[in-house]
Amino acid sequence: MSGGVDSAVAAARAVEAGHDVVGVHLALSRNPGTLRTGARGCCTIEDSMDARRAATLLGIPFYVWDFSERFKTDVMDDFVAEYAAGRTPNPCMRCNEKIKFAAVLEKALALGFDAVATGHYANIVTTVDDAGRSHRELHRAADWAKDQSYVLGVLTTEQLAHAMFPLGATPSKAEVRAEAEARGLTVAQKPDSHDICFIPDGNTRGFLAGRLDAADGPILDRDGRHLGTHAGAAAFTVGQRKGLNIGFPTDDGKPRFVLEVRPITNEVIVGPREALAVSELAGSRFTWAGQPPLSPSEPWACEVQVRAHADPVPATAFVRSANVGSEVGSDVGRELGSELVSELVVTLDEPILGVALGQTAVVYIGTRVLGQCTIDRTVSAVPVAGAAAR
Amino acid sequence: MPIYLDHAATSPLRPEVLAAYTDALPLVGNPSSIHGQGQAARELLEQGRDRVAASLGADTVEVVLTGGGTEAVNLGIKGLWWARKRSRILVPLAEHHATIDSVDWLAAQEGAVLDWIEVDELGRIRLDALEAALALGGDEVALVTALWANNEIGTLQPAAEIVAAAARYRVPVHLDAIAAYGQVPIDFHASGAAALSVSAHKIGGPVGVGALLLARSAKIEPLLHGGNQQRGRSGTQDAAGASAFGVAAELATRDIAEHATRLAALRDRLMAGIRGIPGATLRGDLDPAGRLPGNVHATFAGCEGDSLLFLLDVAGFSVSTGSACQAGVPEASHVLLAMGLSGQDARGALRFTLGPDTTAAEIDALLVALPGVVAQARTAGLAERQPTFGR
Repeated sequence: MSGGVDSAVAAARAVEAGHDVVGVHLALSRNPGTLRTGARGCCTIEDSMDARRAATLLGIPFYVWDFSERFKTDVMDDFVAEYAAGRTPNPCMRCNEKIKFAAVLEKALALGFDAVATGHYANIVTTVDDAGRSHRELHRAADWAKDQSYVLGVLTTEQLAHAMFPLGATPSKAEVRAEAEARGLTVAQKPDSHDICFIPDGNTRGFLAGRLDAADGPILDRDGRHLGTHAGAAAFTVGQRKGLNIGFPTDDGKPRFVLEVRPITNEVIVGPREALAVSELAGSRFTWAGQPPLSPSEPWACEVQVRAHADPVPATAFVRSANVGSEVGSDVGRELGSELVSELVVTLDEPILGVALGQTAVVYIGTRVLGQCTIDRTVSAVPVAGAAAR
Repeated sequence: MPIYLDHAATSPLRPEVLAAYTDALPLVGNPSSIHGQGQAARELLEQGRDRVAASLGADTVEVVLTGGGTEAVNLGIKGLWWARKRSRILVPLAEHHATIDSVDWLAAQEGAVLDWIEVDELGRIRLDALEAALALGGDEVALVTALWANNEIGTLQPAAEIVAAAARYRVPVHLDAIAAYGQVPIDFHASGAAALSVSAHKIGGPVGVGALLLARSAKIEPLLHGGNQQRGRSGTQDAAGASAFGVAAELATRDIAEHATRLAALRDRLMAGIRGIPGATLRGDLDPAGRLPGNVHATFAGCEGDSLLFLLDVAGFSVSTGSACQAGVPEASHVLLAMGLSGQDARGALRFTLGPDTTAAEIDALLVALPGVVAQARTAGLAERQPTFGR
């Protein structure tokens, strides 16, 4: 229970459904901000008090669980490390994957609970296969405007087995607020959280500035022409337009965008908007949210979503497996032997713009989340010498 | 009803105290008013003060009533420090946060110099370290402040020796007797302390009432200004609170020897049972003469204190981890760390504190539940453990 309206109503519904419910608020920050206004999801004393009041109103016990240490390691440090590596992470997904449905869920199971219920907008659908076995599937929420299935796309079959989303079938957020009001919950009109909880002012650059090694480096175009100087490559994100401070315009007067961040050489590659177009993306770190496809290596039609608030786009996906090392003729390769490496490959029907490495591609079939990968490879739709693949 | 074993946090209001409190609350009259109604309120207040003084071997004039134990400690420490106009404060490492935060504030805001005195593995002040600090500090020592008994682990402190050592250097001592009050006899005059703090709600009195005993000879600067209603404290005096506190003080100390014997028997029963639980280690002084009769403290290896607390709560037992909470999260106890425990060991702590209504049957019920709770909390593990999910 974050202290927001969604988790409060989710708890209320879980209680009403007859479950034995205990409210848990997560302490994720070592030095909680004291009295910031608005719901920020995890960090303020006010949020904790709001959650406690909601639990009291519902007549359920309430506890605060301290996962600040794991949160720092698995979410905050990971966030900084991803940027340092030139990638663009989604810390909310990491939190769902590593904290809420991992550390918290494991502690809960050990303490005798059956599931973690959250105020996320998503649905879990149970299907029965021909052999009579039931399977849980993750689906989009009834209200597509509030749907949060994207940030839950990292959940595995095992995690879904112990997840509950009581708000999934709600037609709208307004309805949740009205229900909160009717139940007498004090948080009924509390504003939504939308920032990264550990960056409450929304200034990601400022947060990263003190945590990333920054040195001046070149801004180059795709042909390697030197256009300017930046103060540290890691602070840039693919698709970024502002903050480049290149002193002279392009020949055609069109703006330049960050196409690529190369932290090792401390280079930022820029180019025209159309050069952001990506035709294929892939990731070797992938999971299935429920039953995997029957034959993952055979391409299947799907839709892919690459950001929490992006539209899904039609695509074709398959799992490519290769024996890495077997083709290498060196003695080293033979000694190590070959290793089967798989990646989830998604080919887009139409190119999409601004896909950064580190983002998560969630693969849907209709409303169902099939699985996801962290994007570690993209193929440009507009190949230019030296910049075909990143 | 859950079984309540958290009397050190707050002890239930005794029925006689409740009666005195509710009798006094409707009375009209400010104890400082000149008229008859004011005088009646004043009399009620002073009767309460008499009883508090008598329960602690002090004179009525030495009792400064406060808004609780924390205020008493703040007044004792800051008031003595300001009045003494010397820099150094000698303070043991395992004090209550009321003390730690007060001296830290004096250091940060007023330039006080803190000499932290080590404690041994039982949580008891090292008198040799105190003596050395007194000798080193010389004329710059403003005061010594120390617990009479540790509120977390129950270890009794050598109050007489602390005061005697300080007296050799003519240094005044503030004693925090909040945890000890009502459990062991406290004689303020015999102690020789300049100031001594107590609180009402730890002995079955109301929350929001406490007292600083202040020796006639002690000089103090007030925290609160505005009327000088008491020596060292301004603010309208709480006649109902004083009256209730007086009744609680009398009840808690009248038959203290019998009360302590009864508590100690229950305590020893619980300690004996905990000894048999795998991974359990009793903390504090295990010699019955060296600890509070109503305190049992143990750490449970591989367990998170909040898991233990949760499972016991669900099973119907109200206990504490003993350490301070920040926003509902128990922190690793600074007391246990000062005793030399690792952070991990310190986090698996539970404090059981018994009171006048605690029964042997309740202790036995706890001992039936506890082994399973500990085993289950151990499967939940420590918070920093890497989870299996999501890997």
